[in-house]
Amino acid sequence: MNAPNASGWKPQMGPAYRSETPTSSGDMALNLEEPLIFELANRGNCGVDFDEEPDDISPALASFARKSPVDLPGLAEPEAVRHYTRLSRQNYAIDLGPFPLGSCTMKHNPRLNEAVARMPGFADIHPLQPMDTVQGAFAVIEQLAEWLVTLTGMSAVAMSPKAGAHGELCGILAIRAALEARGDKRAVILVPESAHGTNPATAAFAGYAVENIPATKEGRVDLEALKARLGPDVAGVMITNPNTCGLFERDMKAISDAVHAAGGLVYCDGANFNAIVGRVRPGDLGVDAMHINLHKTFSTPHGGGGPGSGPVVLSEALAPYAPIPFVRRDDTGRLRMVEERGAKDLLPDSFGRMVAFHGQMGMFTRALAYMLSHGVDGLRQVAEDAVLNANYVLRSLDDVLDAPFGGSGPCMHEALFSDAGLAEGFTTLDIAKGLIDEGFHPMTVYFPLVVHGAMLIEPTETESRAGLDRLIASLRHVVTRAKDGDEALKSAPHYAPRRRLDETQAARKPVLVWKGDPAPAGEPTRSETGGR
Amino acid sequence: MRYLPLTPDDRTAMLAKIGADNIDALFADVPEGARLSGPIDGLPAHASEMAVERHMRSLAAQNLSAADAPFFLGAGAYRHHIPATVDHIIQRGEFLTAYTPYQPEIAQGTLQVLFEFQTQVARLFGTDIANASMYDGSTACWEAIAMAGRITRRDHAVLSSGLHPHYVSVARTMAKYTGDTLDIATPELMAKTDDDRVIAGITDATSCVVVQYPDLLGRIPDLSRIADAAHEKGALLVAVVTEPVALGLLESPGALGADIVVGEGQSLGVGLQFGGPYLGLFGAREKYARQMPGRLCGETVDADGKRGFVLTLSTREQHIRREKATSNICTNSGLCALAFSIHMTLLGGVGLDRMARINHARAAKAAARLAQIPGVSLVNDAFFNEFTIRIGCDAREAALRMAKNGVLAGVTMGRLFPGQDALSDGLIVAVTETVSDEDIEALATALAQEISGDAA
Repeated sequence: MNAPNASGWKPQMGPAYRSETPTSSGDMALNLEEPLIFELANRGNCGVDFDEEPDDISPALASFARKSPVDLPGLAEPEAVRHYTRLSRQNYAIDLGPFPLGSCTMKHNPRLNEAVARMPGFADIHPLQPMDTVQGAFAVIEQLAEWLVTLTGMSAVAMSPKAGAHGELCGILAIRAALEARGDKRAVILVPESAHGTNPATAAFAGYAVENIPATKEGRVDLEALKARLGPDVAGVMITNPNTCGLFERDMKAISDAVHAAGGLVYCDGANFNAIVGRVRPGDLGVDAMHINLHKTFSTPHGGGGPGSGPVVLSEALAPYAPIPFVRRDDTGRLRMVEERGAKDLLPDSFGRMVAFHGQMGMFTRALAYMLSHGVDGLRQVAEDAVLNANYVLRSLDDVLDAPFGGSGPCMHEALFSDAGLAEGFTTLDIAKGLIDEGFHPMTVYFPLVVHGAMLIEPTETESRAGLDRLIASLRHVVTRAKDGDEALKSAPHYAPRRRLDETQAARKPVLVWKGDPAPAGEPTRSETGGR
Repeated sequence: MRYLPLTPDDRTAMLAKIGADNIDALFADVPEGARLSGPIDGLPAHASEMAVERHMRSLAAQNLSAADAPFFLGAGAYRHHIPATVDHIIQRGEFLTAYTPYQPEIAQGTLQVLFEFQTQVARLFGTDIANASMYDGSTACWEAIAMAGRITRRDHAVLSSGLHPHYVSVARTMAKYTGDTLDIATPELMAKTDDDRVIAGITDATSCVVVQYPDLLGRIPDLSRIADAAHEKGALLVAVVTEPVALGLLESPGALGADIVVGEGQSLGVGLQFGGPYLGLFGAREKYARQMPGRLCGETVDADGKRGFVLTLSTREQHIRREKATSNICTNSGLCALAFSIHMTLLGGVGLDRMARINHARAAKAAARLAQIPGVSLVNDAFFNEFTIRIGCDAREAALRMAKNGVLAGVTMGRLFPGQDALSDGLIVAVTETVSDEDIEALATALAQEISGDAA
């Protein structure tokens, strides 16, 4: 089968030809297989030279010493470079093309930010250095904090949370500390269906019971249901705005007012802040705490699963309960990191420390460089282009895909579709895997849960119109195949480094570490194990 | 705006396609009172690449970096040489700019690295399994305490006084909300670790004992004795490793009986970075796999029978079990795990052994030199690459003066335990392969001047 794909590129060789002519190495030209390091190396190798020979260990330590080196293979430098370079070829990344994962926000990562984060003055300083020797690092934190507070219209910011979900925890702990400070032992956090999946786990980790609030048919929080549930046992609500259906919670202010009137506090999941930065300040909507995923809105690379960074902006009501440590300017104008003891005077009601040091400095430098590059005018344009691109995708596909909330007002930064209308037996997963063969990373699938077979597409502001047109054309092609009942789609992807992987087997009999035999010393194993 | 590809013509055409008169129409759901119409006061407009670089460089220049001074700080963050290969590879866009491997068919690079990483960590720690990394050592430590609570259905943890005080502080914060009780003591500046106190504190209500190895002062606790005592009462031993290079030379915690081993992986490949991003390491016995927090990568096969890797056991996780999940975390430190794994792959067991022995020899040399200074006494009997000295005066003030004279002398007990006078003359000195003989001499000279009162 040699059908032209929707992006116009015509494969010269089909999969049938490939599978009939296996290679002895397992590689197929630039389609590379790569064994595990444990299968590649022989025991004695090492890719690091040291400039001295080790001395004997001291007698005092000898009784604690291990009898032989850790059983781990080493690779000489050229072998290591090849191993990881070959593996990298099996990864999709934003540098290769669009990554329209809704709610995850993968956008271009400027390389200036990488250069800045690697300046020795930032990368090679210790978290416990005397404070006078790290004034520039504190200044980064101070400047970033000022941007975040100003952009959100809030009172304060806690910089230390290590990721978005860690930020949620920070916000909820601040809420709990604030309530307990007034002697209020409330036990329940309300989480609407349109909020992020981490929210219930976060509330539970902070010791709360969790109750769900349904979404309306329009994909927003059911305000009346929320109001009806408010009461003296409700500590607060965790809401995501813009929400996971890609919609702005129009009633946010009314929700905040109702929660406040009932004595609770409002946590807003700010993962989707990129849709409104520079156009809406959450503080104006009555939010008490909101984490900002620096890696999403302010573009730091996600590295195949982190690190992230989740500073939390706080309202006046919650600012006194912020975690330690934090940066303050003292009477002499010097910047200071306020830690356990100093906080007793400056922030006596702090809920305490939530991480060993003071947050993700490497992310702070990247985020600040990004903010300075865009400026406040550029950040506003970021939100506008993100929203424009998402609505363009929504309107370019809603004739072939069901958009359950397409009539519910403009979407924000992401467009939501369902699996309605596909041929019998075809699923959202098939669309996703078909898109892989088209050369794109799939959208987010089966999330949010309020929509059956959800497909959540977030183009972001760093995609060009021509690029969006290519993505849209490919999606239309794949959707058409799913509507026409093209059986080949069910076994997609066909062109990826792997075909569909058996996740059930992985979970039923978990194999989490390599337990094979070491390679015989000196014998190459690449050709033996490649292509397994 | 160099990062935004849409042209004004594109925007006009796209609005037409959408059927919107102008961009404001797309923000129609924002209540009128909450819409920002103009620029936000107090924030600057966009700047060129050159201008941003200049600004950031000027801030970086205000910091004294470790490369520019004899450097002896440790206490949870260590400076090691990172082979150039590590940073080169993690900057490859296919690793750097990939997302969480939700679509395994096109994320095998990341997934295979995580599988290799898990194996490396498990072998280093002497545990059956390991997860695919966590935020950092301190949050991993709390997660281990919470996990021990789930396994034993008990809520009382005994913490060694040699556990890093910031780790203790994190646990204290969380315990306030979860209802766990923590038995905590302050360290004393003495050669013996507090194994006896820890063991005496174990009761039938104890979920786990948490022991750092080597501990904050660089001392080495007797893990197997503590493990036996814990197991006798049905409690778990959680070992905490803040300097994984130590395990190149010391017996692994798992081999000594630890049930859960957590640590900070920053030492290998990640760098100091002023405290983050770092890398939480987490290993455990295989039977606890379903109680582990965080992300796990597992081996499987694809439709053609080829070996491949996927994220697995996700039924433990927050997006499925919601409020019953083993943790609320939804990401890991993937890129830091990659850096750690590359560095470990370059070293191998043999290289790690060499590196560890060099670290120990350098530290032994420094300790012997510093102990010659009148007024300085070495606290430890045994240590790996970090030891504690008493200098007979307020170490915090001395360290600040030495820093101003260009020597970053160590982490002071006064910074970690403010207000505790009995500890205020303690200085924790870390010595790695990056420290030269000249650096040691510079520290000795600076310290001698401090103690004799001749400091400028």
